[in-house]
Amino acid sequence: MIVPRHYKEMPQRYRLQGNRCKACGKVFLPPRLVCPCGSEDLEDYSLSWKGKILSYTIIRTPPTQFKYQKPYAVAIVELEGGGTVQCQVTDTSLEEVEIGKEVEIVFRKIFSEGEAGIHCYGYKCRVV
Amino acid sequence: MAVGIIGYGAYVPRYRIKAEEIAAQWGDDPEVIKRGLLLYEKTVPNQDEDTVTIAYQAAKYALVRAGIDPREIGAIYIGSESHPYAVKPSGTIVAEALGMTPEIHIADYEFACKAGAEAMFVCYSHVKSGNMRYAMAIGADTSQGAPADALEYSAAAGGSAFIFGADEDKIIAEVLYTYSFTTDTPDFWRREHEMYPQHGGRFTGEPAYFKHVVSAGRNIMEMAGLTAKDIQWAVFHMPNGKFPLRAGQKLGFKKEQIEPGWVVPWQGNTYSGASPNGLTATLDSAAKPGDLILMVSFGSGAGSDSFIFRVTERINEVRDMVPKLWDLIHGRKFYLTYGQYAKFRGKIHLNPDV
Ligand SMILES: [Zn+2]
Repeated sequence: MIVPRHYKEMPQRYRLQGNRCKACGKVFLPPRLVCPCGSEDLEDYSLSWKGKILSYTIIRTPPTQFKYQKPYAVAIVELEGGGTVQCQVTDTSLEEVEIGKEVEIVFRKIFSEGEAGIHCYGYKCRVV
Repeated sequence: MAVGIIGYGAYVPRYRIKAEEIAAQWGDDPEVIKRGLLLYEKTVPNQDEDTVTIAYQAAKYALVRAGIDPREIGAIYIGSESHPYAVKPSGTIVAEALGMTPEIHIADYEFACKAGAEAMFVCYSHVKSGNMRYAMAIGADTSQGAPADALEYSAAAGGSAFIFGADEDKIIAEVLYTYSFTTDTPDFWRREHEMYPQHGGRFTGEPAYFKHVVSAGRNIMEMAGLTAKDIQWAVFHMPNGKFPLRAGQKLGFKKEQIEPGWVVPWQGNTYSGASPNGLTATLDSAAKPGDLILMVSFGSGAGSDSFIFRVTERINEVRDMVPKLWDLIHGRKFYLTYGQYAKFRGKIHLNPDV
């Protein structure tokens, strides 16, 4: 049953709500309690929905829930204004996925829990 | 007090299938579809897209154009015949994702292709009554036609969102008149647990679509004391390319008055998002300050809601803030084979996950 976890993570999955270290300015998603710089003084921060691909990998043997989407790319995206997210690349041909490519974050269905469970929505990115 | 649209946005997926590709699958003559129904290609939702994600994106664009705090919106109503859950609202997901919860009234609407316009009707009334400062109406669908049925050429994915309000400095299109025309007409339906809808064939034309659309159009124009010459642009529900042009002709409109919102040949019928996308496309392209726009929806079952809008100066400020519908339709797109399309739309029988 994934309902409790999905529900708890809605702010970060739906709205990119993370946090930012007030001491060094580093941005985190998911939010952290302590910054690697040692500071525990962090403030809420909504990450930007624009960025560029920092790195990526192509998934050719995906987990069961994603098997009909193969092959697909998963990217680490550096967002404008700080922070990175790791997410699936959607609406994009694999040839277009390159380091440095501009992407926008989009709200999509990540997977559905079997035939009768809930639909889990969250963020992905696509080449602009 | 003037009430109108203070923010709007539309979204269609990047995937397409051409009429030729569907025709080749079933042995139809593609020219009959293209010339007869004026349908060239249609949008197809990606595997991770549904009514919720389409509504979300349209709503996000509408919020940018409105420039308001999402928490100030008093209601969100999503009209669709393809809500992802049979029980559980689409509106809660979209409202949560856009930061509009928890002080908000939410309901999902259904009335075949009219559900989006219906939501607009109620949102307008909420603001006009002073019940709410802002209210958001969305029409979005990822509808399916049965394989090899004529509807397979048209059933497409997309939608539009509209925020209604009464802030004079924010109104983009003021609502001048509204009118509804509804009867019990069984032209198109889908029973519970059935995957595809049934329709009354030829019964869908004259007694259903044309009777309701033309009556709703004629009567609102009479109510306003206006003719097709006084109204610059007209949007009619678009089940195919031909019907809205013929409905317009019956009401005295020229093709040029319909064309700015005539997205259906390249987009398909986005059901609850069909006449809403026509309105968005008109606002995005031809509409100038002072212009009047007639919009007439149609939902099988059957009924039409009609509106007359007056465009304000603000259109020029907000138009370019977000992607425009015509650019989404003619922009980056990927064409699918029939096999890929069948997979995307869940038309292939698969073994259950192990
Ligand atoms: Zn730090």
